[in-house]
Amino acid sequence: MLNRRDFLKSVGAVAAGSTLTAGLAGCTGLRAGGGGHVVVVGGGFGGATAAKYLRMWSGGAVNVTLVERQASFISCPISNLVIGGVRRIEDITAGYDQLRTRWGVKIVTDEAVGLDAARREVRLANGDVLGYDRAVLSPGVDFLPQEVDGLAGNEERIPHAWKAGPQTVLLRKQLEDMRDGGVYAIHIPRAPYRCPPGPYERACMVAHYVKSAKPRSKVLILDANPDIQSKKGLFMQAFTGAYKDIIEYRPNSTLVSVDAATRTAELDFDKVRADVLNVIPPMRAGRLIDSLGVELLNQRWVDVDWLSMEAKGAPNVHVLGDAVFPTAMMPKSGHMANQHAKLAAAAILNLLAGEAPNPQPLLMNTCYSFVDDRNGIHVASVHRYDADKKTFLPVEGAGGVSVAASEAEGKFALAWARNIWADMLA
Amino acid sequence: MTPRIALAALCLTGAATLSHAADPHLARNLAATCANCHGTDGHSAGGMERLAGESRDTLLRKLREFQSGDKPATIMHQISKGYTDEQLELIADYFAAQR
Repeated sequence: MLNRRDFLKSVGAVAAGSTLTAGLAGCTGLRAGGGGHVVVVGGGFGGATAAKYLRMWSGGAVNVTLVERQASFISCPISNLVIGGVRRIEDITAGYDQLRTRWGVKIVTDEAVGLDAARREVRLANGDVLGYDRAVLSPGVDFLPQEVDGLAGNEERIPHAWKAGPQTVLLRKQLEDMRDGGVYAIHIPRAPYRCPPGPYERACMVAHYVKSAKPRSKVLILDANPDIQSKKGLFMQAFTGAYKDIIEYRPNSTLVSVDAATRTAELDFDKVRADVLNVIPPMRAGRLIDSLGVELLNQRWVDVDWLSMEAKGAPNVHVLGDAVFPTAMMPKSGHMANQHAKLAAAAILNLLAGEAPNPQPLLMNTCYSFVDDRNGIHVASVHRYDADKKTFLPVEGAGGVSVAASEAEGKFALAWARNIWADMLA
Repeated sequence: MTPRIALAALCLTGAATLSHAADPHLARNLAATCANCHGTDGHSAGGMERLAGESRDTLLRKLREFQSGDKPATIMHQISKGYTDEQLELIADYFAAQR
């Protein structure tokens, strides 16, 4: 079981006695801070990892400023366990202290509101301007609630809980307050959206909660997509097995409008009144991206050069994570954002040294999901760069999903979280 | 061995091992794809196998047994198949050189 103390310990554990700390000062022979300045915007899985790895791999030669509007990191992965009542929000919250004290990242707690690519400057809400040699933007997603009539401005009545934090706590509270016999309905937008298996995991965790606490309740999955988007067979096993009397899955359920007062969802051909209505809104790259002035693919996502993560049309600006237009079979996941970050960090250090980026990058992804408080499942993939197509392709014959949900994979899921949190923050 | 000397040795072995790769940091970059689960440079934060400082032969044997299916796994049989032999050797060299 992972509690707050374990999380903080896991984030701290690698720091003590490791050669990594000494390596920052000792390995390269470069003087601290002589190798340029990188401004990283966004302290999530992508940005925090990029900040740490730029410092670590440059031996402290490159100055890094991390701009993040939240004082603490709150993890989306594992947040469905908070919604299911088997973890607390504190268990998925951690500070940025070690990036500062151990890796020498300058942390600025503020919001970046603009970027001037010609002047190489990032502008902050407090009016400060940060000059950079290269910028890394990992702004995650912004929601488009206006695409569903009645949704905008009603996120207290109809939470999304698709960014971990107060919304996570709010949705949990609404579930605790729900009557026995109530209906929890979750709406999933059309792909691509952040965390493909996340909504189905959430449905399982809510079903797990009500199964014992409010056994007459129902969980209704309203999916705008024609089918389950990730780990289909495994989730279907849960829906038709342990949760057959609780979960109902409805594909092709396009949400037209919502009525916040009555928590009613109007679909193309149906109307659903819920006691707890959880609408994951349509989404796009975080809006800071708009200051790049580049054309977004499908008006939503950033096109990047996959050898460097540099945004096409925006020299010296590297974009990571969910904001990027994905390659085939590449999910919008925290794990993938972490991998993007390392690719970008390696490329930036090469470019700052006047060398070309690594021509043979590799990315891999693992997404664990829980189907109850103990049992986990996974999907994994490996992506190789194809020089002719200038994109990543899934390696054939590699990757796959679990045979079945298991407690062993539930434990690996928690260990994954401890290790990736440490990889980005400690 | 004092920490400083150990560190110098690490820098040297790291440099020697990587010299034949296309990008001088290819091994480091490939090994970093393992860090999400196994910890930065293979220093596990708990609950996953530590790779740092494990011998090259042991690492390569395990990875090849994952690939062939001889070693039972929940996920590593699927992940290991995504890497070429040469990539696995670079990764094993890199982790073996970590302390």
